[in-house]
Amino acid sequence: MGSDRRVSRRSFSRWSLAGLLLPAGACRAGVEQRGVAGTSSPPERSKVVVARDEKVRSGRSRLDEARVLDLLDRSLQALYGCDSPSEAWRRVAGLGKVIGLKVNCLAGKGASTHRVLVEAVCERLQQAGVPAKNLIVWDRLSSDLESAGFRINERGNKPRCIGNDIYGYDSELMAYGRVGSLVCNTLTRRCDAVINLPVLKDHSIAGVTIALKNFFGAIHNPNKYHLNVGDPYVADAYMLEPIRTKARLHICDAFNVQYEGGPSYLPQWSWPYNGLLVSADPVALDSIGRRIIEEKRAAEGFPSLKDQKREPTYIATAADKDHRLGIADPGRIDVVEV
Amino acid sequence: MTVDKTSRAPLLDQAPGDLLPAELLGRHDGGKEALPALDRRGFLKAAALPCLACGLGGAAVFIPRLQAARAKVDESRFVREARFYEKQPYKKIKCVLCPRECVIDDRERGYCGARENRGGTYYTLVHSRVCSAHIDPIEKKPFFHVYPGTTAFSIATAGCNVNCKMCQNWEISQVRPEQVRSVYLPPRELAALARQNGCKAIAYTYTEPVIFYEYMVDSADAGHAEGVKSVVVTGGYINRKPLEELCRHVDAIKVDLKAFSEKYYEEIVNGKLKPVLDGLVTIKSRGMWTEIVYLVVPTLNDGDDEFRGLAKWVKAELGPDVPVHFSRFHPEYLLKNLPPTPLKTLERAKAIADSEGLHYVYLGNVPGHPAESTYCPRCHKKIIDRVGYLVRSVHIKKGRCEFCNQEIPGVWGS
Repeated sequence: MGSDRRVSRRSFSRWSLAGLLLPAGACRAGVEQRGVAGTSSPPERSKVVVARDEKVRSGRSRLDEARVLDLLDRSLQALYGCDSPSEAWRRVAGLGKVIGLKVNCLAGKGASTHRVLVEAVCERLQQAGVPAKNLIVWDRLSSDLESAGFRINERGNKPRCIGNDIYGYDSELMAYGRVGSLVCNTLTRRCDAVINLPVLKDHSIAGVTIALKNFFGAIHNPNKYHLNVGDPYVADAYMLEPIRTKARLHICDAFNVQYEGGPSYLPQWSWPYNGLLVSADPVALDSIGRRIIEEKRAAEGFPSLKDQKREPTYIATAADKDHRLGIADPGRIDVVEV
Repeated sequence: MTVDKTSRAPLLDQAPGDLLPAELLGRHDGGKEALPALDRRGFLKAAALPCLACGLGGAAVFIPRLQAARAKVDESRFVREARFYEKQPYKKIKCVLCPRECVIDDRERGYCGARENRGGTYYTLVHSRVCSAHIDPIEKKPFFHVYPGTTAFSIATAGCNVNCKMCQNWEISQVRPEQVRSVYLPPRELAALARQNGCKAIAYTYTEPVIFYEYMVDSADAGHAEGVKSVVVTGGYINRKPLEELCRHVDAIKVDLKAFSEKYYEEIVNGKLKPVLDGLVTIKSRGMWTEIVYLVVPTLNDGDDEFRGLAKWVKAELGPDVPVHFSRFHPEYLLKNLPPTPLKTLERAKAIADSEGLHYVYLGNVPGHPAESTYCPRCHKKIIDRVGYLVRSVHIKKGRCEFCNQEIPGVWGS
């Protein structure tokens, strides 16, 4: 995990100084409407920030680090309703002492969470006061992380980067609904909070895989839960206590959107969307993400997910009275474009 | 998948340390634990003693635990191209080994967790990858009409193609191969170990042998070359073509018929009933010896109608001589909220099956019950006397009752 970007640090310092002019906690109320997982009183509305930058690529496919940072800053500022990015990042840094970053690297380079994005998040969190060693980038397998360009690291004054195959799984079987699983130790024992960094992708079985389904990478037996288009399994898995209580923020990597053929990387159906989807509500994020995929599929002449008998009904299930993980109704989601 | 309470594999922590094959395990846990060295003969001998001495056969030889792999492991030796799959466009594959017929994207695995699509080619990840091994009485499988009083070298690899809520062995059946400790035990070595330890057969059991089909078939062939039989303990969730081929390689197949309703299979097993029934008919039609175990779970599959429906179906489709074992449930895994099966329920099931004309109806997991023994359907005398898994006497000669000369179906040997 490299983090040597002087330009971005300088710019961040400027924002930080600006942030000091505001009293702590000056963010506006928007942040409080996040989908509070499993609580008895879900929010009336949720917010999803859609941030795009057509110039985010410095080359044909390479992402420009400074622009990624800028996009990220604008997204968080908009999500939390703050007047400065530094204040927003302080809010993020306050999520927990040790913060996990759950990426999605199953598809290797091309359809995985970009390393540039993860490095940007790590950099900003460090600047906001989180020690590097208190950041853990994780996914199911170390080999998946490596295939997506990450370097495994367990020690030193750098963010940790490691797969569940190294840290293992908690011995306590956890169950909710139709799911019974062991949850990875990274989540149960090492992290106080998790920032979810999924990818915006079509999924050949579950319809889409975005924020909710990314936590299949936290359990030991995800292969058991793709039945019935993942419904209710995706929602049930998210209800497992460590996932439900520790996943606080969702930053969806939508620089490339796999709108057909997912979850594998198939370049002919990879769309350079050049953006991020950010929310505290995983259900709302999935709902908006699904809409983006559906619209692109329609534009490209593909049938809807429903017509292909893989409508991701688990999104609505995640919002039902038994789960209350967030809001699925697009009419109750404020989409903020920045 | 075994449903026998006493066949549950104990955790590594519960196993005597000196039974662990250090020279094998050491390669897989990255040297995490320093285990005493023991050669194969030594460890098998040591392992077999408590199994056989207790008469119930329960001690671990090597047993897995969900683990973190601290060191790189050479997994290539476990990986073989799978059989029974179809290639599809865009590097997808369709597995046709079991009725689930998973369509799997590149870099993904099937429902079983033991087979993986790598670049459009499907691989088994568990060939020769043994995660549990015991030397068990063959009655523990249970086979009551197959070489009574002998032992079976019983093995499993990780994974299963269903997900039963009452699974006794979920810690190995509901995990991926890399999540448990395993040893490399290729077919010829397995067969040699079985023979050297006086086992009449190799038993493929504990998890679901369908998911290690290639290893099972290769091991069965290797076993026959050593004069060792092969018996299969399965949920029977397998497609017809691979099942027919399997019947050409093994000597007996015991099927766990989980219930006699699709609802139960859907809600408790995460599978379907019909393919299992079709499979039983196929097994019978191939002349393969089969026995059926029915785990009776209180309130879920213990109705009179279900028992009667099962018995009628077995008699009509398979014949009255196919043994049916009604086995006692113990709360495990995701069904800890239910009590053990009352003995009266089991006896009711047996009474119904007897009344429908089945000749060999047994009760399982109730040591000492008279219904553990075999009775001649003609003279009604006890012809195999069992207590638990211990066979005290056999009165069958050349496949016939010693008292009345009635033919007794089974695989008795010479």
